[in-house]
This record gives sequence, structure tokens and C-alpha cells, in this order.
Amino acid sequence: MNPVNYLYLSALLFTIGASGVLIRRNAIVLFMCVELMLNASNLALVTFSRMHGNLDGQIIAFFTMVVAAAEVVVGLAIIVSIFRTRHTASVDDSNLMKL
Amino acid sequence: MSYLLTATCAVPAAGAVVTAALPAGNSEARRRTTKAVALAVSAATLALTAVVAARFEPGGPRYQLTESHSWIRSFGISFSLGVDGIGAVLVLLTAVLVPLVMLASWHDSDPAPAPEGSFEAKRRTQGFFALILAVEAMVLVSFLATDVFVFYVFFEAMLIPMYFLIGGFGDRAGGPDAGKQRSYAAVKFLLYNLLGGLVMLAAVIGLYVVAADQDLATFDLPTLTNAIADGKLAIDPTAEKALFLGFFFAFAVKAPLWPLHTWLPNAMGESTAGTAVLITAVVDKVGTFAMLRYCLGLFPDASKTFAPAILVLSLIGIVYGALVAIGQKDIKRLVAYASISHFGFIIMGIFALTSQGQTGATLYMVNHGISTAAWMLVAGFLISRRGSRLIADYGGVQKVAPVLAGTFLIGGLATLSLPGMAPFVSEFLVLVGTFSRYPAIGIAATFGIVLAALYALLLYQRTMTGPVKPRMEGMPDLKVRELAVVAPLVALTLLLGVYPKPLTDMVNPAVDATLSQVHQTDPAPAHPVAATTGGEHE
Amino acid sequence: MNSLIPLLVAVPLAGAALLLLGGRALDRFGHWLGTLAAAGSFGIGLVLFAEMLGRPTDQRPVREFLYSWIPVNGFQADVAFQLDQLSMTFVLLITGVGTLIHVYSTGYMAHDERRRRFFGYLNLFLAAMLLLVLADNYLLLYVGWEGVGLASYLLIGFWQHKPSAATAAKKAFIVNRVGDLGLSIAIMLMFVEFGSFAFGPVFGAADDASEGKLTAIGLMLLLAACGKSAQVPLQSWLGDAMEGPTPVSALIHAATMVTAGVYLITRSSAIFDLAPDAQTAVVAVGTVTLLFGAIVGCAKDDIKKALAGSTMSQIGYMVLAAGLGPIGYVFAIMHLVTHGFFKAGLFLGAGSVMHGMNDEVNMRHYGGLRKYMPVTFATFGLGYLAIIGFPGLSGFFSKDKIIEAAFSKGGTEGWILGLCALVGAAVTAFYMTRVMMMTFFGEKRWQPDPETGEEPHPHESPKVMTLPMVVLAVGSVFAGALFTYGDAFLKWLEPVTGFEEGHPPIPAAAVTVLTTVCMLAGVGLAYTMYGRTRVPVTPPVGSALTRAARRDLLQDDFNHAVLVRPGSALAATLVWFDSRGLDGFVNGLAATIGGVSGRLRRVQTGFVRTYALSMFGGTLVLVATTLLMRSV
Repeated sequence: MNPVNYLYLSALLFTIGASGVLIRRNAIVLFMCVELMLNASNLALVTFSRMHGNLDGQIIAFFTMVVAAAEVVVGLAIIVSIFRTRHTASVDDSNLMKL
Repeated sequence: MSYLLTATCAVPAAGAVVTAALPAGNSEARRRTTKAVALAVSAATLALTAVVAARFEPGGPRYQLTESHSWIRSFGISFSLGVDGIGAVLVLLTAVLVPLVMLASWHDSDPAPAPEGSFEAKRRTQGFFALILAVEAMVLVSFLATDVFVFYVFFEAMLIPMYFLIGGFGDRAGGPDAGKQRSYAAVKFLLYNLLGGLVMLAAVIGLYVVAADQDLATFDLPTLTNAIADGKLAIDPTAEKALFLGFFFAFAVKAPLWPLHTWLPNAMGESTAGTAVLITAVVDKVGTFAMLRYCLGLFPDASKTFAPAILVLSLIGIVYGALVAIGQKDIKRLVAYASISHFGFIIMGIFALTSQGQTGATLYMVNHGISTAAWMLVAGFLISRRGSRLIADYGGVQKVAPVLAGTFLIGGLATLSLPGMAPFVSEFLVLVGTFSRYPAIGIAATFGIVLAALYALLLYQRTMTGPVKPRMEGMPDLKVRELAVVAPLVALTLLLGVYPKPLTDMVNPAVDATLSQVHQTDPAPAHPVAATTGGEHE
Repeated sequence: MNSLIPLLVAVPLAGAALLLLGGRALDRFGHWLGTLAAAGSFGIGLVLFAEMLGRPTDQRPVREFLYSWIPVNGFQADVAFQLDQLSMTFVLLITGVGTLIHVYSTGYMAHDERRRRFFGYLNLFLAAMLLLVLADNYLLLYVGWEGVGLASYLLIGFWQHKPSAATAAKKAFIVNRVGDLGLSIAIMLMFVEFGSFAFGPVFGAADDASEGKLTAIGLMLLLAACGKSAQVPLQSWLGDAMEGPTPVSALIHAATMVTAGVYLITRSSAIFDLAPDAQTAVVAVGTVTLLFGAIVGCAKDDIKKALAGSTMSQIGYMVLAAGLGPIGYVFAIMHLVTHGFFKAGLFLGAGSVMHGMNDEVNMRHYGGLRKYMPVTFATFGLGYLAIIGFPGLSGFFSKDKIIEAAFSKGGTEGWILGLCALVGAAVTAFYMTRVMMMTFFGEKRWQPDPETGEEPHPHESPKVMTLPMVVLAVGSVFAGALFTYGDAFLKWLEPVTGFEEGHPPIPAAAVTVLTTVCMLAGVGLAYTMYGRTRVPVTPPVGSALTRAARRDLLQDDFNHAVLVRPGSALAATLVWFDSRGLDGFVNGLAATIGGVSGRLRRVQTGFVRTYALSMFGGTLVLVATTLLMRSV
């Protein structure tokens, strides 16, 4: 199968994830969309690795997974603590950073 | 390798830490302990600098008592110190002035009516004296450093304690918005000097890059200047000019040179008289000192290129500062503008590139320090008595407080460079040095001496003479503590005016070395006569 | 025994230091201490004088090197003294007359609570003036030069509680500073030209320098002399300087300060002789001033100001003579010495009159005082006869020589100068007779004190005041004859200043007769106007010239309009520019940055999605740019 197709798939997944981040309000869904984007880029990296015949892409994909795992831990912790204090999971309600 | 210079800088630094850590509290006894400790530390520093001066041999190598401690090896940075004649006299000036400033500001840090238990009330005195010691330590390192990077670090770090000194401690003579004015002054001071420092940082890095390109990856000043003088390190002329301007800008802000001067009147006007003396007599001297050591030593060709333009700016500064001083209504701001005029003379002497000019400029730094300290501190004593900085609030002081008026007059006379007093020696050397290379600028600068007489005597006339103004009756004369501050300054002013030779002997070799770095010799007289040294034709 | 020379300066200087720092412990006898210091200096001067007379002429000048003062490579300033005949003359005049004035002041200032300080300042004055005439180089002379300025500042403003005194003191200092400008530029020119500013080397090398350079140096020295000696255009401080106590005026006008300019020009004869243009300028200044001062002297009702005008005029004679070159130097100095005697006597006499008249200075409120103050009248009268050049008295000999020298200048110039000097002599006789008539003759026009309403009770001053007046009167009578006997003064001074016999176009005897006739005419006119007719208590309106002369020929108005007002306007403008212009620019910059930041802040909405959108947008832009750049 032509590896370029995987790239198309990766781009599609990334776009879906990005639109989700921009459109949805629920923090959990937002979070899943971010994961989708990360994995889309993982797919692209692996594909490139295959296309160019070296392992760099795969190695970076591993790094991405580790970072993503760390991000999930920190991110979910934040979301939970926000939910506890404000009783909502909507990101639009947390705009205290605005002056 | 002796550790004398490190010790000289370390003593006030350690003193600052100790003073800051002394037990807090607003009781008179605790405050007195703090003050005594700080004063003792500054006296110890003075003793150490006296040893440095005594060990310094005017005829010896340029940098003496050198020491070097490896710091950031990969960038060729080491904590190196060394003293030359110019540095030696400025180190002495600093060490002499700091104890006197402390003594003069003895009560300035006593808590103003502040909420009980607040930081203000608890740690004020400790803070004030620790900050002064910190400034002293940093200034000393700046005068002694022989490493460009070390110099830069301390040149910049000085801003931090100065910022708090200006912003945190006022003279209690301002109006209802004194606090606002003070923080404006402090921020202005910080921003001006930070901007200068940033530009200099870029130039410092640029210098390193250029030097590293030619396999001279070091910040060591003697190495760099020797390489430049030998032609081993050749900087492209355009790059040299840019680097020179980067360094010069920072020093010109600090000095301050017209038109970068406007932070000085605010800073000197709003802070205590002691802080004002620290600013103008000590900290600002680092700027002019650095022009002499760094600008000329590192960028000789660019210095020569820009010298005429800088001379014109300093000439403007001389006349402008004096004229604006004449128009001032505030005593301390008047002194500040007078200082701007004097800094014009110092910078003029440096960039006239003659031995008379540069020796004169170096002596000027010392003499201006001493005479302005006397003038400003007496003004501070006066202000503390009446609680006003406005000239119009005073009159007839000589009737009620003759000693105060007399010392104020002596300070004013020193400021106007009366012959027989120290500033005359330096001012005349600067004028002669400038005149011998740039006659027109030299003549124009002499008008500064008439204007100086105007502002100094007008101030005396308006505050001290005439009928006694209301709220002046019963004003106490100088106290013993205040006399102890003024007397050494007056004595030094007279002594260095009558017999400046010890200083010139120290400074001359260093100036000759600087001039040879710039490849300049004094213009020869048109019809020279036999030298008339020391009674030769007796 | 050269080591005595520094003591000349050191003794009064030590006296000043002791008196000013000594504190109240010295209040009781401080004035005698000061007098002792002055007298001690005079004694040392006499010893040195005797020694000098004992040496052959060519060995008379001595030099005493003390220490190296400011050594910077080519620039070598030493503290070194030079005592030659010219300096010796000044030393004796300064210390001698100075001591008499000290003695007089012990009486005059007896009731002033700050008397100790006054004597400290007087001693300082003597020390500075002695340093000025003893220095062997121009820079050290400069120290004495400004030291004199400082001492005069302190003394003119001695009664600082009076705003007018404080203003007058400041004015004297500032105007003198303008003159000092000239001296410092002259020193710089010498340094650049010769690499030295010591008398010996500079005068030795003066031949090598171009005339233009020498003229420049000469003109700058003249500017300096104008300041110190109150010559046009820097004369305006002298009249106001009368705010000081009267002994100060005597000191300034007779022994110190104003004579410094004449000393400077005479001392620099080697330069002026080679710069004819500068000499012409000196002559012009002297001539203008001698007439200027004389005219001002005619209009003043204040006795001290009338005498001040007279000083200006007499110094004008000296400067004129000094500008004539070797034919005049000796006579300039001779007139300076005789003037020292009679002018000191006149001022002390005026002080004595004021002392007896409740410090009244207006001559229109005097009259008929000769009966009440016989000693003052006699001494003042002898001084008066001396200054107008009454034959046989000292002023006659010295002034006559100057007028003769002025004619000897030759050509039209000589005639103009000679005639001006003659007119000056006539006017001098006129105003001095006027002073004499209004003060000691005529009916009493005494006025009660405006504050206390107390009637004046004129009385003779105490012995301690009249004694110096008598001594000075003796000097005013005999000094001239003594100096001209066998050309003693000429032979004494010639080795230093040089001398050339002048050849006036008319015989010398004719000049003498002419001078005497002019003098008598002046006396006669004044006698008719003020002796024969009643003097009104309130001054008449007077002609335009009189009114202008009362205002010092509008010199202050001129200075005010041309210098003071534009100067203070400039200062005010610059203050505005500094706070609004320079600082305004900086503050404006800060405000602009603050404003822009305020706008930019609104972009931060606080919504996560907005940030995310901007991130995506940014990425998109970056990627697009990269691709575009690639494809190009």
C-alpha cells in the first residue's frame, strides 16, 4: 500500500483533533482531541520513518508517547482540581487569566 | 598571589550581609548597634584601602597587587583584580566617603511614623546600612576588576542596592506626593541604567565573539588591550565603532553625559542627602572611570574618531548643567545640575586625549567627590532642620547658624573651583589639556567657571544671607557628629588644593599608559622653553 | 636669608586661620592678633627690603622654590616665590598700608560682634595679595588673584544680613570672575605657546612667539586686569563694593585688589612691549576709565561712592601709564604707591566722618564739619591736596609724570592721550573740591536719623583711628618728593620694568604748568558751585549727564539689559526644556509604550480556545511561509 495514504489519514485525524480543540468546551473532550492530534503526528512520524528508511521517526514517536502520558497525568490532575473547586468541566468558565 | 584586593572588596560585602542579618527591631539600642557595626565595617574597609594605597608603587607595573581566580573557564572568565594609579585614587575616594556618608545619614533611616510591626518599622535601619555597604563593595570591585565580564556584572549589580536606596529612603522634605516622586525617581534611575547596561552587554558579547574569532577567547582586560595595542587583535573599524558606542552609551548614562542626564536630578533630589552623595560622588564615578579604562583601552581608534563629538556633548553639558542649575528652585536639584556640569568637565578631560586632560579628569573625579559631598551633606543638614528643599524657604541662616553657613560657603567655593582648593587643580588641568588640542572648545568651557560662580554664590546668597526668614529663628548650628562629617572633607579639599602631588604621582603613570594605548602624545608647545621642574633655574 | 619670603604670606595666612577657626575664645583680643600678624608681615618686609638694598642691583631679585605643586608631564606648576624690586614695592605698600588699616579697624569695628571674623578676613586679604605679588609664575599668581576676589567677597558682604551687601559681594565676585576668565585663557595660551607659565621662561622666550599670539595673551591679561582693577567694561562692581565696612574700601582701593591689575600689566611688560596692539588697547581702556570714573565721581552724593569713582579714575591713570610701555611703567607704579597713601587716608577720613555722623554717607547731609573733626579735616585735606596734584605734594609728582608720558606717546595719539589726561586732572580737582566743600565747609545740613530720630553729634574719632590717618597724611605729603629726589624710585624700579626717557612734543615744564592750571580751574569751578553757593539738601534734578552719572553712566542698566535679563531668561528656558523637552520626550516614550501594551493586553481573553486558535493560526502561517520560501 502506498505509505502516502497513511499521511492523508494522519492529516485527517489531526484536523479532526484540532477542530475538536477549537470547538468543544468540555475539558475532557478537549483533552481527548489533543490526544488525537498527538497520535496523528505519531502516525505521520512512523510513516516518515518507513518512507525514508531510518529509525528517527519511530524514536521520536516513542518520545511523543512518553510526553503524552506525562501530559495526561498533569492535565487530568488539573482538570480534576478545577472541577472540584468550580464544579464544571467547561473550559470557558475558567478565564481568570484574563485581566 | 596576595588576597589583599579580594579582602578589600569582601569586607564590605560580608559587612552588608552581617548588617542585614542583625536582630530587627525598632528600639534605639538595636538601631545603634546596627549603625555601629556598619560604621566599623566601613572603617575597616578604609584601613584596607589605605594598605592598598601604601603598597601601590607609582613607578611599578601598570596593574599591581593582581590576583586571578578561575570562574567560568569555558568562556575565559576569571575573577581577576588589580589596581592601577587611577583605580587606586578612586578606591581611596570611595572608602573615605562611605563612612562619612553613614555618619551624615545617621538618623535618616530612623523609622518614619510607619505602622507598628511592619517591615518598614522593623528592618529599616538594617536595610539602609546594609545597602550602603553593598554598594561600596560593588563599586570597589568595579574599580579593581581587570576582567571585562566581572566589571560588567558588578557595574550592573550596583543598580539593585541603589534602586532600593533611592526608592526606600527619602529626605522627608518632599510634598504630600513625596512617595510617588521617589518611586518615580527610583524607577527612572533603574530604567536608564538598565538600558545602558543592556546595550553594553551586547557590546561585551560582541567583543568576546570578535576576540574568540581571532583565537583570543578571553575577557582578561590586560590581555585584550595588549593584543589590541600590538595589533594581534585587529577589530574591523565598523565593528570597533559599534562596540565602542555600546560601551560608551552605558558609561555616558551612568556618568551622566548630556542629554542622558535627566535621571540624576530626580534621583538626587528625592533620595536622602547621603544617598545623593553616593550616587554622584561614588557610583557615577564608575562611569567616567570606565570610559578611561575600557573605552580608550579597548577601542583606541574609535575613541579618537568619536572624541570631537563627545567633547561637544560634554561642552554642552558643562554650560547647560550650569545654566539649568541657576534656574533651580530646589537646593538638591541645583547641586545635581551642578554635578552634571562637572561631569562634563571630567568627560572632556578624558576625551581631550592629553596627559593634562586625563590626569585632570582623574583628579576631578576625586575632587568633585569630596567637594560635592561637603556641599551636599551640609545642604542635607540644612534641609533636615527646616524640612524643606525649596531655596525660597530659607534666608539669613548665617545669622542663626554661622558654622553651617560657613561650611556651606566653603562647599560652594570648592564647587566653583576657587584656586587653593582641590577642584581648581583638576579643572585647570582639564581646561589646559583640552585647550592644547582643541582651543575653541577649551575657551568655550572656561565660561563654565563664570556660571559656576553664579549658581554657587546665588544659592549661598538666597539661603544664607539677608534677613532671617520666619521659622528659621533658633535653628541649631552644626552638631558634633555633623562637624565630624564636614571637617575631614573640608580639610581634604584644602590639602589636595595646596599639595596634590601625591595624587598626581599615582595617576600620571596610569594616564601615560592609557595614552600610549590610544597612540596619542601631548601637542608640543610652539616655542618650548627649558622645563621648569622643581626649581631647576634657581 | 631667602627663607623669610614665604613667611610674608604665611604670617597673615596663619593669622586668618587662627582667627577664623579659633572660636569665641579669641573674641577679646582677636583684633590685636590680626593687627600683629599684619605688622609682623610688614616687619619681615622691612628686613627683606634692607637686605635687598644691601645687594648690588643685578643681584636684587631672589627666587625661592618651595615645592612642586602640580606636576603633569609637560605641565609643571611650582609653588615658588620671586622677590624683585617691583614685588618689594608692593609688599611694603600692602603690608604697610594694610597694617595701618588694621590699626584703624580696631577702633572702627570696636562695637561689631563679629569683629574677630572681620580681622580674619582682613588677614586673608593681605595674604592673598602678597601671594599675588610674590608668585613667580602665573598659575600661583592666579591663586592669589582669586584669593583676593574671595577676601573681597567676604569683606564686601561682611554685613550679610543686609541684602544689598550680599548682592554687592556676589556682584564683585562674579564680575571679577569674568576677568579671571581672561587670566586663565592667557595662562593656557602661554602653556601652549611656551610649555611654561613661569615668569622667567615665558619672558625669556617671548621674542620667539608671533606677534598675534602675544597680542592675544596681552588682551587676555588686560581683561583680567580690567576685572580686578575695575576698568571699563568690568568696572560696575566697584561702586557697589562700598557696601562693605569703610576700612575694607580703604584696603581694596589703596593697598590691594584694584592695584593688582596694574601689577599684572607691569609684570607682563615683556609681553606687552612686543604686542603694540595690546598696548593700544591698554591705553584706550585706561583713558576711557580715567574719564569715566572722574565723571561718575562728580555726580555722587554718597561720599564713599564719590571716592570710588575717584579710585576708578586714578587707576585709569596707572593703566594708561602702564600701557605706554617703558616710558610709563615706573610712573604707573609710582602713582600707585602715592595713590595708596592718599586714597587710604581719604577713605579712612570718610570712615571717620561716618563714624561721627551716625553712619550717614550722604554728603548733602554733612557740612561744616571742620570745626568738629579737626584731625580728620586736616588729614583728609592733605589727602585731598595730594590727589588733585597740588604742587609739592605726592600726587603732583606722580600724576604730572604720567601726563608727560602720555604726551610723549607721540603723534596725534599722544596729543589725544595727553589732553584726556589733562581734562581728567581738571575733573579730579573739581569733584574732590566738591567732596571737600560739601563735607567740611558750608553750613550744617545735618539730618536726624530716620529711624531713631536722633540728631547727629559729630565728634572726633578715637586716637587709634586718627593715628593711621596722620601717618598716611604724612605719606601723602612727602612720598612724591621723596621718590623723585634724585630719581630714586626710577633707579630702584628700572632694572625690572625698564625705562625710556619720554620726549613730549611740548616742554616738560609746560606740561607741569598746564596740569597746574587745569587743576586750579577745576578747584575754582567747584568752589564757585559748592563753596560760594548753598548746597541743597535734596539733590537738584540735574542735566541728563548728571542723572546718568548718578546711575554710574548707566553701566548697571546696560549690564542688566544685555547680560542679566537674557541670561536669566535663557536659564528659565533651559529649565523648561529640561523638564518638558528632554524629560518630556523620555516620559512620552514611556507613556507610548505603556499605551501600546495596554492595547495588546486585550488580546489575552482568558479563553483557552482563543489561545489554541492563535497557536494553530501561527503554525499555519509558519508552515505556509516555509513552503512558499521553498517553492521560490
